[in-house]
Amino acid sequence: MMTYLIPVLIVGGCGVLAGVLLTVVSRLFYVKVDERVQKISEALPQANCGACGFAGCADYANAIVNEGAETNLCRPGGKDAAESIAEILGVAAAEVVPMTAIVKCSGDCNAVKEEFEFGGLRSCKAVKRYYGGSSSCKYGCIGYGDCVAVCEYDAISVRDGLARVTPLKCVACGKCAAACPNQLIAIKPLAQHTMVLCSSKENGRNTRLACRKGCLGCKLCERNCIEGAIRVEDNHAIINYDLCNDCGLCVETCPAKAIHRV
Amino acid sequence: MKTLIVILLSAMLTDNFVLSKFMGICPFLGVSKKLDSASGMGLAVTFVMICATIVTYPIHHGILVPAHLEYFDTVVFILVIALFVQIVETVLKKTIPSLYKSLGVYLPLITTNCAVLGVTVLNIDNSYGFLQSIVNALGAGLGFMLALVIFSGVRKKLEYADIPETFKGVPATLIAASIVSVSFMGFSGLFG
Repeated sequence: MMTYLIPVLIVGGCGVLAGVLLTVVSRLFYVKVDERVQKISEALPQANCGACGFAGCADYANAIVNEGAETNLCRPGGKDAAESIAEILGVAAAEVVPMTAIVKCSGDCNAVKEEFEFGGLRSCKAVKRYYGGSSSCKYGCIGYGDCVAVCEYDAISVRDGLARVTPLKCVACGKCAAACPNQLIAIKPLAQHTMVLCSSKENGRNTRLACRKGCLGCKLCERNCIEGAIRVEDNHAIINYDLCNDCGLCVETCPAKAIHRV
Repeated sequence: MKTLIVILLSAMLTDNFVLSKFMGICPFLGVSKKLDSASGMGLAVTFVMICATIVTYPIHHGILVPAHLEYFDTVVFILVIALFVQIVETVLKKTIPSLYKSLGVYLPLITTNCAVLGVTVLNIDNSYGFLQSIVNALGAGLGFMLALVIFSGVRKKLEYADIPETFKGVPATLIAASIVSVSFMGFSGLFG
């Protein structure tokens, strides 16, 4: 009898002792956590993308409760996240403008030429360091897909040597924008349709030599825009979205077809 | 002193827990994607291994041996290690929140890590003394960290390599792991 009883007592005693010890320690070292932080953290998509300007979802949840951060900063979560956060806090839901990423280049393989064949790492950053890239346009999309590699939502893909965003899948977290060595990717409101899809800073002649679809900086759009929303800076058109009414007149006037409705 | 150094180096290199004994493979594959998480996990494992040895050694020799319950080693050790890791986590959360933030995420992973249990059981099997056990745990932890850090470097290169579509992801990672493991076999015979 004792041969069985002693082991059971010792091992069982260890277990009970462990339980008691854990209870005591957890009482002794209890950390008070605001339960709203936990709830908000659960309402966030846990993408940890940093688009809100905080170091990850947990940090943002903490900032909302303790530092009074805005409730509508989460881009991947969008409207749903903003609404559930507002509900947890008991405040009115702030307006969320749906955003999407856009590649400001239209130089696919039909428009630009390959100047040399690159045999190194299949990465835009690596090619960029080698004479500014193998494409004839040094400002355009390199097409090796650094942006595709960082996208967690499968929303961007490279077709015909040009990165393209699928707006339906894009949550506008901005990871691709940070990954592009040419800073070609911008985050824009989904409702904004008129876009200059060229970022070349070369003059008209050199742009045309490098790419058949580039902005020549001819200023036709600047002169024709009723709202005065377009300026040509650094040899390419820039739209001021505070003034633009999305009429699409510039799309029709552009001789190089560099302004698109997207 | 000489035996201690031999124990330390053999635990790190010749008997590397991950690459020679194949313990702790899951964190080896799971946490080795980035250098900082690999080194963080390595540090946490080293810390827990040493502390687990300090805790389990007296339990084995003070309670289990006198009661002739050596066969309960595994059960009691699992219990003690889990308890210990949990306590460390709670205490860290209260006292050093910054350390908890960087190490804390790995602690629950370690609770049931076979490498930690393996060290404590091997210490008993090899009938090491207390100091030798601690040195062995330190070596095992450092070896674990070494393997993780080296492999995180390999994986970084692997991400940029142009590998056939079929092998992308887990297959390429496993092949790379096996090659790293083979390279560690070069250390065998180093200490007789």
